[in-house]
Amino acid sequence: MLSSLIGYYALILGLTISFPIFFFSIRNFKNREILDNKIINFTFIQLFLVIVSFIGLIFSFIYSDFSNETVFNNSHTTKPLFYKITGTWGNHEGSLLLWLLVLTLFIFIFLIKSKNLLKEYRILTLLFQQIIIIGFFVFLIKSSNPFNYISPAPKEGLGLNPILQDPALAIHPPILYLGYVGSSIIFSSVLSATSLNYISKTWATHIKKWVLVSWIFLTLGILLGSIWAYYELGWGGFWFWDPVENVSLMPWLALTTLLHCVLILEKRSLLSSWVIILSITTFTLSMCGTFLVRSGILNSVHTFANDPERGLFILIFLFILILISLVIFFTFHKTNRDSLVSFSLLSKETSILINNWFMMYFLSVVLIGTVYPIFLDVISSEQISVGPPFYHKLIIPFLIPFLIFMAIGPQLKWMKSGLHSKFYLLILFALSILISFLILKIFNAILLINTILVGSAFYLFFVTIRDFIFKRNKNFSQNLSHFGFSLLILSILFNNIFSTEIITNLKVGEKFDNDKVQITFTNLKKFEEKNYVSFKGYFLIKERKLEDNLEPELRVYNQPNIITSEADIKTSMLSDKFITMNTVQNEEYFNIRYQVKPFMVWIWISVLLISLGGALSLLRGKSV
Amino acid sequence: MINKTFSFLFVISLVFIFFIFYKGLNKSSLYEPKNEIKNIPKFSALTFFEKKKINSENFFEQNEYYLINIWASWCLPCREEHPLLLRLRDNDKLKLIGLNYKDNFESAKKFLNKLGNPYEKILLDEDGTKAIEWGAFGVPETFLIYQNKIVLKFIGPLNEKSFDKIEKIIK
Amino acid sequence: MKILKFFLIIIIVFYFTPSNANDYELENKITKNLRCLVCQGQSVYDSDSEFAISLKLVVSNKIKEGLSEDQIYNFLIEKYGDWILYDPQFNKYTYLLWFLPLLIFLFGGTIIFKKLIRLK
Repeated sequence: MLSSLIGYYALILGLTISFPIFFFSIRNFKNREILDNKIINFTFIQLFLVIVSFIGLIFSFIYSDFSNETVFNNSHTTKPLFYKITGTWGNHEGSLLLWLLVLTLFIFIFLIKSKNLLKEYRILTLLFQQIIIIGFFVFLIKSSNPFNYISPAPKEGLGLNPILQDPALAIHPPILYLGYVGSSIIFSSVLSATSLNYISKTWATHIKKWVLVSWIFLTLGILLGSIWAYYELGWGGFWFWDPVENVSLMPWLALTTLLHCVLILEKRSLLSSWVIILSITTFTLSMCGTFLVRSGILNSVHTFANDPERGLFILIFLFILILISLVIFFTFHKTNRDSLVSFSLLSKETSILINNWFMMYFLSVVLIGTVYPIFLDVISSEQISVGPPFYHKLIIPFLIPFLIFMAIGPQLKWMKSGLHSKFYLLILFALSILISFLILKIFNAILLINTILVGSAFYLFFVTIRDFIFKRNKNFSQNLSHFGFSLLILSILFNNIFSTEIITNLKVGEKFDNDKVQITFTNLKKFEEKNYVSFKGYFLIKERKLEDNLEPELRVYNQPNIITSEADIKTSMLSDKFITMNTVQNEEYFNIRYQVKPFMVWIWISVLLISLGGALSLLRGKSV
Repeated sequence: MINKTFSFLFVISLVFIFFIFYKGLNKSSLYEPKNEIKNIPKFSALTFFEKKKINSENFFEQNEYYLINIWASWCLPCREEHPLLLRLRDNDKLKLIGLNYKDNFESAKKFLNKLGNPYEKILLDEDGTKAIEWGAFGVPETFLIYQNKIVLKFIGPLNEKSFDKIEKIIK
Repeated sequence: MKILKFFLIIIIVFYFTPSNANDYELENKITKNLRCLVCQGQSVYDSDSEFAISLKLVVSNKIKEGLSEDQIYNFLIEKYGDWILYDPQFNKYTYLLWFLPLLIFLFGGTIIFKKLIRLK
C-alpha cells in the first residue's frame, strides 16, 4: 500500500526533474566552459527517484500488496520469495520501469565517465537521452502504470505463469535490458556528435566502450534466454527462430557490425557515416523489438499481454526518434572526409567491410523474415509463417564464406596488403576440410554442404588456435571472441547433425528397447510443493553399458492452474541426455521423449567465451 | 541533390512502414483457417453404436442439408453448445451428424444419455485423424453441408448468431 | 595450391550420395516444418496438443500410403492454408520474402566493390 504510493509519486517526481535538467543544460550549453555540477546532481536525483520507485514496486511484490494491479495480475502469496522479487520485472509494467531505471542509470554513468570530453557534446547527449527518458516516463505513467490501484483490494493474486518461474529467466530481462538500453547511449551520443561534427578518433575510442558494454550484456542476455528455452520449454531446442528471439538477435547483429566499424573509425577515421547509420539502426532495432514484443503484433510462443494502445504509443515514439535522427543526419553530417584516405585491396579495412556486408545480409534476412508476415497480412490478407527452414536456407550457405573471411581477416594489416607468404592459411584450410570430411564420414552423416560448413568452421577454429600460440598477446581478446564463434558454430553443427531421439508411450513398469538404448519407467511419485503438485517419473536408461537415472517432472501449478513439463537433463562434456514426459489424453500412459544432444554444453561455453573476449577488451581498454 | 531524393524516399518508406504497423496492430495475430467453400473430404469411419464402416462417397445425399459437428465428452465448450444442437435437431430439413473426437466410448455414451442425443448418426474419430481431413484443429467445430460442399464452417462452440445463420440458409 | 587441389580430388572421389532417409526421419522432418494451430508458436513436432498428436499420426499414415513430402504439404495447405508451413512456398506472395535479402546482399556487394575499385 504505502510502498506503491511512494513508488508512484517518486515516478511522477522523477519526470518533473527533467525540467531543471533541460533548463540548466540549455543555459550551460552556451555560457560556461565546464559542465555545471547542477546538471549531474539533477541527473542523480532523477536516477535516485526511479530507483525509489522501482524498490517501491519490489516491496509491493514482496508484501503481496494486491491493491496494486500489477502485483494482483502477476503474483500470488504462495509464490517463493525469490520469484516474488523477480516477478517485479517479469511483467509488462515492471519491465518498462526497469528499462527506465537502466536509462537513467546509464546516462548518469555516462556523465561521470566522460569528463575529458567536449562539454557541448556531453550536454547534448544528455538532452537526447532525456528525450528518450521522458518518452518512457510518459509511457509508464499514461498507459502502463505499474502502480494502478484496485479497490477493494483482492485477497489473492492471479499468479505468475509458472514457465516464467525460473532462475535463468529471472535474470534474463535485466541483463538483456542492459544491452538494449546501452544502445540508447550510443544513439544519443552519435546524434550529439553528429550535430557538433565531433565524430573523430577520440570519440570512437570513447564510444567503443559503450558499444562493448551493450554488446556483452546483449550477448549474455540472449544466452540466458536460450538456456531457459532449452530446459524450460521442454523441447530440447535452444533456438526456434521465434519472432521474440529474432527481435533480440537483430540489435545484436547490428551491434556486432558497429563494433567492427568503430574499430576502423578509431584506427583510420574511415566510414563515419556508416558508423552513424549503424548506431541509429541498433537503437531503432532495440526499440522496434520492444514494440513488436509488447504490442502483441507478433504471433509468438512467448505469450505477452497484448494491448494495441500501448503498441501505438511505442510506435509513434519510435518514429519520432527515427525522424529526429534522420533530420540530424542529413542536415549536419559532412561526408567529404572519407574519400581522402585510402587503403589497399587486401587490408584489414577490406576485411571489415566484408564482415559488415555479411552481417547486414544476416540482419536483413532476420528482419525481413520477422516482419514480412505482418506486411503481407496487412496488404493482401494472406497469412504465412516464416520459420526455421527459411532462415536456415538463407543463412547457412552464406556462413561458409563468412567463416573463411573471419579467419583470414585478422591476419591482414591496416592500410597495406599483408597477405603474401601466408602459406599456412592454405594448409590449414585443406586440413580443416579433410578433418571435417573424415569426422562426418565416420559417423555416416556426409553431405557436401555439411562437409564444407564444418570444414570452414574448423578453419576458423584452427587459425584462431594458431594465433593463440604464435601471437600470444596481440589481439588476444578479439581472437578469443572469434575462437568462441568458431566453437559455437561447430557445436551447433555437431549438435544438429548427431542428435538422436526416441519418442514413445510408456506406463510405469514398462520398458522401451532398441538395439542401442533401453528405457525403463521404474516409478512415478507424487510430491506436494508450496505452489504446485509435482509428479516425478523415474527412468533408468541403459546405453552402451552406461546406466543413468533421469527424473523428469510434471508440475501442476495451483495459481494460475497450468501444467508444465520439466525436463531432466544429464549434462556431460560430450553430450546432454534430455528426457521429458507428458500426459496422454487417455489412461495411465505417458508420452516420453528422450534425446541425446552432443556438445550442448559447448554451445553455452562458446557464447561465454565470445562475451569474455569483449569483457577482456573492455578491461584492457586497448584495441579489440 | 542526391541527398534530397534520398531523404525524400526515406520519409516515404517510413510513412509506409508506420502505416503497415499501425494497421497490423488492430489485426489479431492469432491464426484461423479461412472459411472457403470446399468440397467435403473423402474419408471412411466407423459408426458410434453399430461400429459399421461408412464411406464418405455414398454417405451424403445430394439435396439434403447436413450439419457435421465435431464433439467430445471431455470438451467443455461442447456442453455449452449442446442445447443449440438439440434445437437444430427439431428442424427436419437438417440432418445432424456427430463426429466423436478422441473420446472414451463409455463417457461419450454417458454424455449423450445425460444431455440428450441430437445426432441422427454419430461417427467415430478415435485418433483425431478424421477431424484433420475436415480441416478442423480443435473441438467443437461445425460444418454445414449441401450438395457435397461445405457451405458454412464454425470454429468453436455455436451461438445464437450461428444458429440464426444456419436456419436462414436452410430456408 | 597443389595441396588444396589434391585434397579436393580425394574428397570428390570419396563422395557418395547419402542413403535415403527412413520414414521416421522423414516424418520428423515434415512435422518440424508444420506449425501447430493450437499453440501457435510451436511446430507440430514440438507440440503436445491433441491436434499436434493427431497431425503427427496423419503425416505418418500419409507417408505409409506412399505420398511424397510435397504431396503431404499440399494436402495440408489445402486444409489449413499456407500458414501451416514454416517454410514458405515460392509464389507471388513470397517472391519478395525470398529475394529481398538476396537483393540486399547484391546491393551491398556492389557498393563495396565500387569502393574498392575506386581505391585502385
